[in-house]
Amino acid sequence: MITSLLWLIPILPLLGFVINGLGRNTLSKGAVGVIGSGVVLASFILSVCFFFELSSSVEKQFTVNFFDWISVGDLKIPLSFLYDPLSAIMLLIITGIGFLIHIYSTAYMHEDAGFGKFFAYLNLFIFFMLILVLGSNYIVMFIGWEGVGLCSYLLIGFWFTNSNYASAAKKAFVMNRIGDLGFLLGVFLMFQVFGSLEFAKVFPQSANMLQGNDTITIIAILLFIGACGKSAQLPLFTWLPDAMAGPTPVSALIHAATMVTAGIYMIARSSVVFDLAPIAQNIIAIVGAATALVAALIALTQTDIKKVLAYSTVSQLGYMFLGLGVGAYTGSFFHVLTHAFFKALLFLGAGAVIHSLHHEQDMRHMGGLKAKLKTTFATMMVGTIAIAGLPPFSGFFSKDEILAHAYQFSPVLWGVGVLTAFLTAFYMFRMMFLTFYGKFRGSHHTEEHIHESPKSMTIPLVVLAILAAFGGLLNIPHVFGGNEWLAHWLTGAKVTQNHLELDHTTEFTLMAVSVLAAIVAILLAYSKYVKKADIPVADEAPRTALEKLSYKKFYLDEIYDTVIRKPLDAFSNFFYKIIDNKVIDGLVNGLGWTTNEGSKSLRLLQSGNVGYYIIMMVVGIVALLAYTYWFIA
Amino acid sequence: MGTSVFYFVATLSVFFALMVVFAKNPIHSVLYLILTFFTFTVHYVLLNAQFLAVVNFIVYMGAIMVLFLFVLMLLNLNKENEPNKSALLRIVGVIAGGCLVVTLIGSLKSVAITSPLVLKNPSLGLVENLGKELFGKFMLPFELSSLLLLSAMVGAVLLTKKEEKTNG
Amino acid sequence: MGSIFENMQGVPLNHYIWFCAIIFTIGVIGVLVRRNAIIIFMSVELMLNAVNLLLAAFSVHHNDASGQVFVFFIMALAAAEVAVGLSIIVMVYRNTQSIDINVLNRLKW
Repeated sequence: MITSLLWLIPILPLLGFVINGLGRNTLSKGAVGVIGSGVVLASFILSVCFFFELSSSVEKQFTVNFFDWISVGDLKIPLSFLYDPLSAIMLLIITGIGFLIHIYSTAYMHEDAGFGKFFAYLNLFIFFMLILVLGSNYIVMFIGWEGVGLCSYLLIGFWFTNSNYASAAKKAFVMNRIGDLGFLLGVFLMFQVFGSLEFAKVFPQSANMLQGNDTITIIAILLFIGACGKSAQLPLFTWLPDAMAGPTPVSALIHAATMVTAGIYMIARSSVVFDLAPIAQNIIAIVGAATALVAALIALTQTDIKKVLAYSTVSQLGYMFLGLGVGAYTGSFFHVLTHAFFKALLFLGAGAVIHSLHHEQDMRHMGGLKAKLKTTFATMMVGTIAIAGLPPFSGFFSKDEILAHAYQFSPVLWGVGVLTAFLTAFYMFRMMFLTFYGKFRGSHHTEEHIHESPKSMTIPLVVLAILAAFGGLLNIPHVFGGNEWLAHWLTGAKVTQNHLELDHTTEFTLMAVSVLAAIVAILLAYSKYVKKADIPVADEAPRTALEKLSYKKFYLDEIYDTVIRKPLDAFSNFFYKIIDNKVIDGLVNGLGWTTNEGSKSLRLLQSGNVGYYIIMMVVGIVALLAYTYWFIA
Repeated sequence: MGTSVFYFVATLSVFFALMVVFAKNPIHSVLYLILTFFTFTVHYVLLNAQFLAVVNFIVYMGAIMVLFLFVLMLLNLNKENEPNKSALLRIVGVIAGGCLVVTLIGSLKSVAITSPLVLKNPSLGLVENLGKELFGKFMLPFELSSLLLLSAMVGAVLLTKKEEKTNG
Repeated sequence: MGSIFENMQGVPLNHYIWFCAIIFTIGVIGVLVRRNAIIIFMSVELMLNAVNLLLAAFSVHHNDASGQVFVFFIMALAAAEVAVGLSIIVMVYRNTQSIDINVLNRLKW
């Protein structure tokens, strides 16, 4: 295996970033698009080659050491990559979906003035994301971790002239920072305990520690806080819906398919550590389930098509964390994979809708688009069915694997999961029905200009739709006579999961319940939004209390505002007005004043009389000599 | 004779030095200073520092003092027109000086060597020995001192030159 | 000359120190009490000479010619200093018609 060429995979997008970044004003849009997509395609092809090399190789883990990056005392941080089945799959997701989204963006962003800048950022993002999944220690991972955060910030605030968008970017950045602090602390503690940050050294060492060891638990919780920020879990998820301020391809790539799954990747990677911390696992499972439920409830009443998808993403991420918490690492990772397919598809489809409606995002002004946007409708329908978890689409397999593990862990968590699945099916079909069925509710002028998107946008949709439909085949459970290929594949990366000890009847029952829930939800949505043609009311219109709670996102933003921001503001104000203005400025000004006044009187000593100076000099010499005589000699 | 020559000459030096400071007429001051320097020359001879004695005689008594005298005459300052400083200032000055000598001697006492001065090498202060030192170990400072003298000369000429009117 | 020196044998180095300190202090007092710039200048010369003599005495005491070489350098320095200093005094006199240092009281602020 030619692991020495591994560096090419991340370097190519970086090259694309440099070229596009420098030539953003000089290169033509065609050239920018070709370079931007080309480098990602090249990375993808390389990733595929490496993937096949790896699958035919006996050895499953390759560490490629480039150079010692930091070497201080005991601290040795090499810049090195780890290529194993886990990162191989991540590489395929990132570069593959990344490539499709690049292609899509060439059409979607074509009219935008910042076309070159956009592609430069996208390439930079791909680069950092690849670093994140390739790093062989927590520090290299952290470089990627921070880098994708930066790119996310840049791309959310891509249209920064709109101050709402700019503050959405800031919000994402700050919230991520909170999580990153936890991650960093976890890494520090890990170094303190294990004396190394290499995966290859930390995991074997931690395997020797006792289950439920306090230190391990703290490390696991700190890492999970990091994952919470990056992967938008309670209580840090409010940035993700706001992140929809960015262009839609960005939402698809960063805020659905790749970056937000970094937290899951990190926990799956550290599964050895998490397995030893049952308390942390419980926390993760509960937080994941709660996030899934809360986000699904919020999604029920949203009217912005991208917001619905954003909350759906949060909810699905909650699912993945639920899976991680109950020990279904491969199940969660499987869900990462399928979610990347269908959520990228849904976002891109939503983008196509928005594009053809001239940047209309409110579903209240859509409707009846089925006939006009045939490809978009068909592909989005595939994605919706996949996320709703109807067999045999991909979402069904991944979701049910998580749910089965949840049931084995605790039936309550399973109940929450099924409820969420029910809600998911409902709000997703609500979105589909509101968008594509009924009559068009926008202005007449817009209606005349509705058109199907260009090929460069529909082809990625079709490809993703195929993946979303059949991605589930990668990991068919034993129940269906499958061989769980993905789970076997991931054992090469030491990512394993608890064995499912349910008998087949129970498993089938669980599946039937969740599928039934989804079907009921779809029928409910159909009767409400197609039969009765119920349309969400305007913002100001009165709502029932529960509806309002959901529509206002459980007032989470407002709660954060009053509980955290306002006291913090008051606190800073206190420091600014009292401590800074009065005390510190007073001190500094007082010093200046004292010096001024002191010198005003002291300068009178400078009489200009030379004789006087000389006397003073002599007095000084006498004093010095006397001092030497009496105190030193 | 014994050591009495030293004490005699030293007494003379102190007396003349006092006269330098307290003489009313500047011209008298200069003349007393010449006498003081002469007694110093004698001291050098007593220390067998013959080269220094000669240099002191020529440079100090000859050149420098003549320069002083010359300037005094040139500026026509040979009158006792110096307004007295206030008595207080004079007393303060003398007291300060007294304090200085007390502290000087006091502080030097702890490091002073009471043993009699013995000349181990009679040729120490002779021209030959000093010449070797000067042109050997102290070659660079010696050459540099020539630069110092040159710059002092240039400076003196430049300073005393009358300013030319620029638009004359 | 040797016989002259023999007479000198026996003067303690201490006495040289005292003597030079006295001469030096007289110079300082001169600087303090006189207002005539030239006499102040001469007092400075007096101080320099006191130091010179002490250097020569220590040179003999340590049997090291360096002290006398330094005396020589100090003399060169004194010559330079006097040349420049006197020319400054001449300039001052030209400008103020006086060499009273109390006239030169603009050296402030």
